[in-house]
Amino acid sequence: MIIQRFSGPKELVVSRRRYGGYMKSKKYIEKALRKLFETQYLAVLATQSGGHPYTNLVAFASTDDLKQLLFVTGQSTRKYANMKSDSRVAMLIDNRSNTASDVAEAMAATATGRTEDVLGDEREALTRLYLAKHPHLEEFATSPSTALIRLHVERYYVVNRFQNVTELHVA
Amino acid sequence: MMNWIIPLTDIQDKDRRRVGGKCFALAVMAKCGFTVPFTVCVTTDVYDLFVARTGLRERIALELNRKDFHDMRWEELWDASLRIRNMFLRKSIPTPIYAGLKRFLESTFNDRPVVVRSSAPGEDAPGTSFAGLHDSFVNVVGVDDILEHIRFVWASLWSDAALLYRRELGLDIATSSMAVVVQEIILGDQSGVAFTRNPSDRSQGVIESVHGLNQGLVDGSVEPDRWILDRATGAIISHAEVPRERWVVPAGTGVRLDTLPEEKAERAPLDNSDVAAVFTTALELEGAFGTPQDVEWTFRRGALHILQSRPITAISSDRGEDERGWYLSLRKSYDTLRALRTKIENELLPRMVKEAERLAARDVEALSDDVLAEEIARRLELYKRWHDIYWDDFIPFAHGIRLFGQVYNNVMRPEDPYEFVDLLGDTQMVSLRRNRILENMAQEVRNDTALRKALTDRTSFGVPRDFLDEIATFASQFGDSFHFMAREDNDTVPEGLTAILLELADHPREGNRTKGNDVTARRDAFLNRFEGEERVRAEELFDLARTSYRMRDDDNICLGNIEREVYGAVDEGRKRLHNRGGSNVEQLTPDEVPEVLRGREVIGRGKRDNDRSLEHIAVKVLQLVGQPAGPGLASGTARVIVTPADLTDLKYGEILICDAIDPNMTFVVPLAAGIVERRGGMLIHGAIIAREYGLACVTGVANATTHIKTGDRVTVDGYLGIVIIDRDVREGQEPS
Repeated sequence: MIIQRFSGPKELVVSRRRYGGYMKSKKYIEKALRKLFETQYLAVLATQSGGHPYTNLVAFASTDDLKQLLFVTGQSTRKYANMKSDSRVAMLIDNRSNTASDVAEAMAATATGRTEDVLGDEREALTRLYLAKHPHLEEFATSPSTALIRLHVERYYVVNRFQNVTELHVA
Repeated sequence: MMNWIIPLTDIQDKDRRRVGGKCFALAVMAKCGFTVPFTVCVTTDVYDLFVARTGLRERIALELNRKDFHDMRWEELWDASLRIRNMFLRKSIPTPIYAGLKRFLESTFNDRPVVVRSSAPGEDAPGTSFAGLHDSFVNVVGVDDILEHIRFVWASLWSDAALLYRRELGLDIATSSMAVVVQEIILGDQSGVAFTRNPSDRSQGVIESVHGLNQGLVDGSVEPDRWILDRATGAIISHAEVPRERWVVPAGTGVRLDTLPEEKAERAPLDNSDVAAVFTTALELEGAFGTPQDVEWTFRRGALHILQSRPITAISSDRGEDERGWYLSLRKSYDTLRALRTKIENELLPRMVKEAERLAARDVEALSDDVLAEEIARRLELYKRWHDIYWDDFIPFAHGIRLFGQVYNNVMRPEDPYEFVDLLGDTQMVSLRRNRILENMAQEVRNDTALRKALTDRTSFGVPRDFLDEIATFASQFGDSFHFMAREDNDTVPEGLTAILLELADHPREGNRTKGNDVTARRDAFLNRFEGEERVRAEELFDLARTSYRMRDDDNICLGNIEREVYGAVDEGRKRLHNRGGSNVEQLTPDEVPEVLRGREVIGRGKRDNDRSLEHIAVKVLQLVGQPAGPGLASGTARVIVTPADLTDLKYGEILICDAIDPNMTFVVPLAAGIVERRGGMLIHGAIIAREYGLACVTGVANATTHIKTGDRVTVDGYLGIVIIDRDVREGQEPS
């Protein structure tokens, strides 16, 4: 893991004080990511078809070990078809507030990896995890025409303070 | 905890919003010394907590954002409301809230029967008072039942009626809330309402009264005695007596409409001194609140209790420019529906059948132009009359299905809020009977090589006499407003029918959806939830709903038969105008046809300018949202129905896209893989027939027939209510 100079995201004011304003440990960035995933509801999902990128907003959830990002999609959608033909995707999660201060203050994490449909016994447990964050998506998530997708994250690219970039490898 | 529930006596000015209009008015009355029932208020805080904890607020938003309100038909509002109601029913109250409420209600009411009423914030403001938009429940016994009914009241914040009046109510998904009044029941001997000011004469007041409880008067099932009073002097100006036949009494949990005992029927519920007492109190209430009041009251052992008081309602029940009053009147009680059923079954439907027969018997081709013009005008007038009857009696009768659906969902809590529709389906629907006969004919084609060849070659040679006779019988039995039975003479097989029969013969259905046993089990599971008298009432309601459901078809078919005769005459008129060399004959409205036939000129209307848009941008719709109306997922080629002829072009496995399916069109449904309809609602024919055949169906898709083109590859997601049109974002590329 490469760790660059990295200060905590804006909502971690308390933590930043505790950690002296700098990202000093692996633990800290994990905590920042977890916090980001808890506070954000939507992510931008990038898939591709024929070499042409395609992006969508998806409501996501993450597993506690940060290895998996979950989202649901209709099985008749373009993004689903794209993932079926190429499971490699990227996903952006950020805390921008659509103001000029975002450039300095916002944190963004890009996750890359491969997606797969969650099937069988796991589906119920992971759906429960997903719905704990998005209870209002119950009808959508449990419809027979909806797929629960998991992104096995291989890397995270975390950006903050405008230009600080940290890469995390997930084993 | 104590903030969640407030006893009436503790309510202060600052609580006004949290306790809602009805409850705040009760608190004011109690403070002023009026006799009101013992009452506690479950504040809006509890509603807010409930919807926040369960994610319901966002789910309501998702449901109501499916479509612009302005584009929603009343039936679609009802559907949205039903789905929201089911969400409330299926979400249990989180334990800490539940435990807190239970403890308080148990210690306050124990097993005493109560009334559970809605008390919406803001509803007491003058000009925003709307009676009957939210639910109230009388004679609820036991804490669990009270909690249950609190949920019903919460859900009624989103009732179809409330959605209709959303603007006036200021209904807002993010901020709207509901308080609930729980009060001891006053089992009155005589009850009624008082308007301190007559809406139609400002110098008068009105009192209406019935024997027994007020519910019969409020829902219209018991006709009240009516007194008109002089506001200034309190003198009785008139007393309109009615035949007093029924009254509402408490029964089990709930109330029942019963025959009024003779000794009570003989005399008016109030004598003159009672009337005076009610009116004096009502005027005092007007004084206390500062505006004319609509007061609900009851006499128990001679003592006058005030049940509620609110500013005089702004709702008019006239079906004028604003049709919402009429929509509200659709919420018929069980007894009104029963009376309506008798009228429809014994009177209206037979009259419609006769009317269609009478019309068919008159040969319009033989009439002179002038007589034909007269006949067209007469038929159009007649059609209009039946169309009004359809609105006034048939559509309201459909409420029987809704009433049953509500009761079914209350006790069964199904995952699918429309599960109850399956229980109603196994009836002798005319269109299903017709489709079974069609299937039998297709079977004959399948088995008889010579017959099949004759049909394929479009020749009548080789078609057995029996088969032609069957077609004749079929045509006379089921009519044909879509011309698929049109043929030159009795010895040929109609072109449209041929196409359909060949498709059906090539694609035998693998048996109809076998929901028989399943449905029986579910029906029993439902009915077994009731005992004794309740069971009898549940069975009666079930029977009523089945009739109501079946008639959604029969009435349409009967009206369709009349329509066919009416438009047959109009077509004959057009034909003659064509023969005269008329150029814009097709653009004439039916009303204009007789005018032109008689030689009068009709000025054509100019076409409206199209909206401007950017020419270099082409728009393609890729996905459309409607309502889930038949569970299932189906992909296929779209067949968009614009003219009747499109219908017989439908091929096996195609997706039927149409503006509005009527029962006369559903002969092609067994061939379709899915249905998409512009018109929305669960009770529309397309949805009913789709469920019958187990097809994926989405209704309420705005502009379905213009956004989707015949030949498009479409996917119908009947679980979620979306239609996906498989076009690539970039021109000319198929999605991979």
